[in-house]
Amino acid sequence: MSLAEPDNMIERPSDPIDDLVVVPRRHYGIWIGMVVALLFAFVIIRALATNPAFAWDVAAGYLFHPSIMRGLAKTLLLTVVIMAAAIVVGTIIAIMRVSPSLVLQSFASAYVWFFRGVPALIQLIFWFNLSLLFRTFSLSLPWIGPVFSVNTNDFMTPFVSAVVALSLCEAGYLAEIIRAGIKSVPSGQSEAASGLGLSYGQILRRIILPQAMRFIVPPTGNEAISLLKMTSLVTFIAVDDLFYTAQSIYARTFETIPLLIVVAFWYLFVVTVMSIGQHFLERYYGRSDKLDESPFARLIRLAFAPRRVGVLP
Amino acid sequence: MTPKAENQARFGVAPDAMVFARGVRKSYGPLEVLKGIDATVPAGSVACIIGPSGSGKSTFLRCINHLEQLSGGILLVDGEFVGYDLRDGKLYEVKNSLLCKRRADIGMVFQSFNLFSHMTVMENLIEAPLRVRGMPVGEARAKAEILLARVGLSDKAARYPRELSGGQQQRVAIARALAMNPKVLLFDEPTSALDPELVGEVLQVMRDLAASGMTMVVVTHEIGFAREVGDQLIFMDQGVIVERGVPREMIANPQSPRTREFLSRVL
Ligand SMILES: Nc1ncnc2c1ncn2[C@@H]1O[C@H](COP(=O)(O)OP(=O)(O)OP(=O)(O)O)[C@@H](O)[C@H]1O
Ligand SMILES: [Mg+2]
Repeated sequence: MSLAEPDNMIERPSDPIDDLVVVPRRHYGIWIGMVVALLFAFVIIRALATNPAFAWDVAAGYLFHPSIMRGLAKTLLLTVVIMAAAIVVGTIIAIMRVSPSLVLQSFASAYVWFFRGVPALIQLIFWFNLSLLFRTFSLSLPWIGPVFSVNTNDFMTPFVSAVVALSLCEAGYLAEIIRAGIKSVPSGQSEAASGLGLSYGQILRRIILPQAMRFIVPPTGNEAISLLKMTSLVTFIAVDDLFYTAQSIYARTFETIPLLIVVAFWYLFVVTVMSIGQHFLERYYGRSDKLDESPFARLIRLAFAPRRVGVLP
Repeated sequence: MTPKAENQARFGVAPDAMVFARGVRKSYGPLEVLKGIDATVPAGSVACIIGPSGSGKSTFLRCINHLEQLSGGILLVDGEFVGYDLRDGKLYEVKNSLLCKRRADIGMVFQSFNLFSHMTVMENLIEAPLRVRGMPVGEARAKAEILLARVGLSDKAARYPRELSGGQQQRVAIARALAMNPKVLLFDEPTSALDPELVGEVLQVMRDLAASGMTMVVVTHEIGFAREVGDQLIFMDQGVIVERGVPREMIANPQSPRTREFLSRVL
């Protein structure tokens, strides 16, 4: 560059370009907004700090209380088990929905319609009370006779009904997400794969689903986060999760607000960890298009890029 | 007698015919797209198919590797039905696993490349040999490297498709098809999605392939390629073959007015 344009090297006493100064636009609206926001923050923090009813010291004392820890573990266990089951069921339902068979398609649509349509709490209580519908479950074969028989109440413990109810419900949402992901993969991909001789299962597993992942992971992360919070519904059927444990403590001690703070803290903590995990998962599944920059990322980059006169991004 | 010899005797197929079509029909509902196609592509030869948009060229190619099921007629590849077995005068649909195996012998290259976008070039090339042929990884990689060298892309093995130009992607797609050692390669307008300056590199790879004795069926608008490389030229219009012949003669002196009209538009 310097070789090609020797003219630039010569000192010229007053090049008008050198004297140009950029004067940034004034954003008065943003300034006013900032002042209002800071004011609000101040008021809220002051209320939190000075109102003795929050009893921060009590909350801190309960933060690592053994029963709270056990409740937290139960909440995490529920979330993981329900999410895993929901992913399996949701994937099956989604594959049924994109299958060529009209019967499978209709079955899957009906599933999604029902389990997304009925409120989770009602499904939960329904499964918990399954014994009102079926007293026992038994299997008897034509010539062999009864093989086994169990009382519904013996296996439909609160924990099992919570897992069954919430994972069936969650699967309805996940099925839709997964189906949209599968649909987002161009049809040429499966065409090329079947041309190469890959089987239907291989095409789904190796070609379609990995590409669908980029569309599936972000909303699934959101689902996992809302599922974590949805598990607090199990309090209604007396599963000793985080919320239930806190409730049973403040029912005795009347330290309601501090315990709710403890519960909120742990939910926030886990959600934060999950969001970070989601970020890395998204990056992993997006690795084949690292050339792309989302419009939002570009905006951020340009906003923080040093400004230069006459240089377009 | 082997099934192949039996089929050949029964349907009067030339012993060296790699692709043999007789009376091939295909309908989508009430719309008849192919109305009785007869064609023979001898092993080691190149057949070029031209014709206006919607004439059924792609459909015919897709019938050859059974991506579409025929509505009538027969189609043999190397003396065998792709999707059926003939027993007692009946065509039995074959198991999916067998269909996959037979399809693997028929390579296809698409207008829109269709490389697997979540896999690197190397992964694209070894996927089918590993999963369909059960080839050991080392062998598949070694083979892929040879093929990449052949299409002039040895340095791109670790790249993802979208990091390549269209011409490079199409050359990878050809290498991917070759990785399965196909008996025949089908090309569906392989250069139509390319910028003009990238067409040449893809045609060069195809020219080399033809010279190496690969059997090829090429749907193309590149009349120059058809004239130079093609052993036969087929002109299709509205689901029928209007005219066929030796490319040089047919292009210089088309017999049917429809062929003449079409050629005058694309030349
Ligand atoms: N899956 C399908 N369902 C219904 N109609 C189809 C389908 N595929 C193709 N057709 C129709 O079949 C006809 C032939 O299509 P085909 O793709 O074979 O044409 P083509 O000769 O390859 O054209 P082009 O040069 O535009 O690629 C068209 O009228 C098309 O609309
Ligand atoms: Mg076409």
